[in-house]
Amino acid sequence: MSDEANKTVTALDDERRVKVLSPGQLVAKRFFRNKLAMAGLIILIAMFVFSFIGGMVSPYRESQVFRKTEAVWKDYAGAAYNDSYQFRVADGMTFPAAAQQKFILAVNKEADSFEADGVTYMLEQRGEEYYVVLAQTPVATVLTLKGKSTFKEVDGATLSDAAKKAFEAAAKAEEDSFEADGTTYLITKSGREQTISCGGEVALASKVAFNAPSAESELTYSFESAALTALADGKTSFTDDGKTYDLNVLESGAAEISENGTLVATISNLIVSPQVSGTFLPLEFKEAVEQAIEEKADSFTVEDASGEVTYQLQNKNQQYVIRVQKETTVNDTYHAPNRAHWLGTDGNGMDMLTRLMYGGRISLMIGFVVIIIEIVLGVIVGGCSGYFGGWVDTILMRVVDVVICIPAMPLYIIIGSIMDYYKVDPRLRIYALCAILGLIGWPGIARMVRGQILSLREQEFMIATEATGVRVSRRIFRHLIPNVIPQLIVIATMGLGDVILMEATLSFLGIGVKFPYASWGNIVNAVNDVYVLTNFWFVWIPAGFLILITVLGFNFVGDGLRDAFDPKMKR
Amino acid sequence: MKKFIVKRLLLGVVILFFVSLIIYSIERSLPTSYVKGKAMAMSQKQGAKPYEELLDDLNAAYGLDKPVLQGYFVWLGDAIHGDFGESWVWTQPVTDKFASVIWYSFALAAVSFILEILIAIPLGIISATKQYSKVDYAVTVFALIGISLPTFFFATILKWVFSINLGWFDLYGIVGRMHETYGSVGKILDMAKHMVLPVVTLTIVSIGSLMRYTRTNMLEVLNADYIRTARAKGLPEKKVIYRHAFRNTLIPIITILGGSLPGLFGGAMITETLFQIPGIGYTSYQCLIQGDIPFTMFYMTFLAVLTLLGNLLADILYAVADPRVRIN
Repeated sequence: MSDEANKTVTALDDERRVKVLSPGQLVAKRFFRNKLAMAGLIILIAMFVFSFIGGMVSPYRESQVFRKTEAVWKDYAGAAYNDSYQFRVADGMTFPAAAQQKFILAVNKEADSFEADGVTYMLEQRGEEYYVVLAQTPVATVLTLKGKSTFKEVDGATLSDAAKKAFEAAAKAEEDSFEADGTTYLITKSGREQTISCGGEVALASKVAFNAPSAESELTYSFESAALTALADGKTSFTDDGKTYDLNVLESGAAEISENGTLVATISNLIVSPQVSGTFLPLEFKEAVEQAIEEKADSFTVEDASGEVTYQLQNKNQQYVIRVQKETTVNDTYHAPNRAHWLGTDGNGMDMLTRLMYGGRISLMIGFVVIIIEIVLGVIVGGCSGYFGGWVDTILMRVVDVVICIPAMPLYIIIGSIMDYYKVDPRLRIYALCAILGLIGWPGIARMVRGQILSLREQEFMIATEATGVRVSRRIFRHLIPNVIPQLIVIATMGLGDVILMEATLSFLGIGVKFPYASWGNIVNAVNDVYVLTNFWFVWIPAGFLILITVLGFNFVGDGLRDAFDPKMKR
Repeated sequence: MKKFIVKRLLLGVVILFFVSLIIYSIERSLPTSYVKGKAMAMSQKQGAKPYEELLDDLNAAYGLDKPVLQGYFVWLGDAIHGDFGESWVWTQPVTDKFASVIWYSFALAAVSFILEILIAIPLGIISATKQYSKVDYAVTVFALIGISLPTFFFATILKWVFSINLGWFDLYGIVGRMHETYGSVGKILDMAKHMVLPVVTLTIVSIGSLMRYTRTNMLEVLNADYIRTARAKGLPEKKVIYRHAFRNTLIPIITILGGSLPGLFGGAMITETLFQIPGIGYTSYQCLIQGDIPFTMFYMTFLAVLTLLGNLLADILYAVADPRVRIN
């Protein structure tokens, strides 16, 4: 059939020769010829596909946080050189804090005894910065009359005969201490009476610390005492509890104590303590720390059961911090673009591309909702105003004047901060944002509709509707408004771009769409942190670019539509 | 003419009344955390009144204890006498603060306004005379990009390129670190240097609409009968365009430019905030987010006045520039 029609030669005046196009087709034809408008259309279609279909295709959710394990330097141990006395209290003895303070005072005054809490303590210096504290416990009182001594023993204490003899010898020589049976006795005079007291070892005081090889093993008091004495005397071995230990003094001043070649303890004035409770630092580790400090090294390695571990050493005013790398799970923030995340991740560890897709949805949807509100309000107000004229027109136009005069941006900021204050739910905020943008934006449309209707209502077809008795509402909305639709479409398309720009600006300022919802504006908001601005282009450039080309697309299409609808008036 | 102006001014006053009423009612729902904070600070001083009493005192002092309508009339009464109260954020009279910052905004706006005119009008005319040429497309695309560019994004790009990567300008502020050490000329140059990026931002973002407007009007004029007549007479094309067409194009342009003159004092809130230029826009942005009611009331009323003035000026200029127009 169609082939036949083509074959027939058409005469000049044949109607079929001139392809008749409906006005709609004419507009479409003119629109599709416009390169810029087509470019805009393609951009917009791409944006819609990106935002609405992309969000469905994307394997990630809008606010899915990605985490990664990262080796983080964590504080492992602390070390400091000790310059105060450390006390090792003998088994079964007490050496209260008050006495410890008195001890230090006594050492500074170079006194050999001090009193605390009613107990007299004696100091016995056995080496450099190494003291033994002896507590005087009275054993007996002696009353010496004409060279004869009467011993009166304190309850529970006994004084052996050898001791008594030794006392008499000492008393003759006017010494204030004597030794018997391996114990040191002290003599204190109080009038005629003399008190013999035995000095029991209460504590060792020295500036070095003992390090035990394992958490379970504890060094006995006698061991420490013997070791310190040997150290003070410069001996290379000592015996304790029937065992012989070798003492090896290192260059740094620290000493190693070994039994048959196995290390049992170290002595050092560097105190290394773990930062995390429950961990025990082995001797090798402490020695390595000391060596590293001596060498002023930044890091050192220690052989461990699991292999070699590298530690970092930091010096902070003679306080050393030893750090080790620990595997920790953290948010994968500002990850550079890669295969899993094509545009990287943002500051919350969320996939940037997915955020952009969902942000596009919100931006576009806000744009459409706002434009619909604006058009409905604008058409109603403009239509009534233009059709009725007179006082209705005057009042409505004054309302338009008032709304136009309200400064939009400051108003949005005020309302935004009110919503901030009342902590409005982010979802509710989006609705509120649409409502406010719509309520402020309609006057332009109202004015345009009114202007069009003022000229349209004088035309013949309106007189016809009046003559045929069509209802007023029908006359406005069926006969007048459809004639305004071309202009409405143009103004709506251009307006969509403006709304998206406004929404993006508000979200950028942090008063529009709020986290957890994504919007192109609040994604760019990350640049308020100069660090992000400087280092992570992929966080803000794509979002800003999307805003730009989307608004540009709407403007291209709006421009093209205007040209297409109104070919004479090439604006 | 005189009658028209008087009528418009009276109408403007009525509109202003309603606009400020609306703004005041919205302002009153602002969280007055400032007043509460101040009352709290005062109550912690030695020998001070209790917090509640101080809060009531402060609310009374600022007229916040009255109902909205009554409070509005108190504000209006003061405002008519030129007393806009004391800014809470800046703790100085609103008008003093305004006077000290307005010139930064004006300088910024004026420079970019001049640049805008110098670039947009010639480009618009070229693009209209060579309609559908490559130049026309380029100018149209450029103009539309300018319209579509989000201010914050463009400003950020400028900062990224020129401040961070090239290091030519400072990121923020109106004066440099060494400002005090410069002489008087140096100080001005320092400030001018800090104004470069904001001016560029403002110009590029606002250039598009003027360019489009020029092009549209030029096209309209070029289609007019008298241009055809001029061509028919055999006048050279240059003369047709620059003598006959351009002058007629100027009528609507002068109107729109005149109408935007008052807007030069309005401040560019986003640009100023992004570059931290201490103009009226940045100042009032800080007041807005901190709920400084006296200052924001003043600023918003001021903006409304500027809008009304702009419209009035445009209408008057329309009649002045084009004697064919009769105002009634």
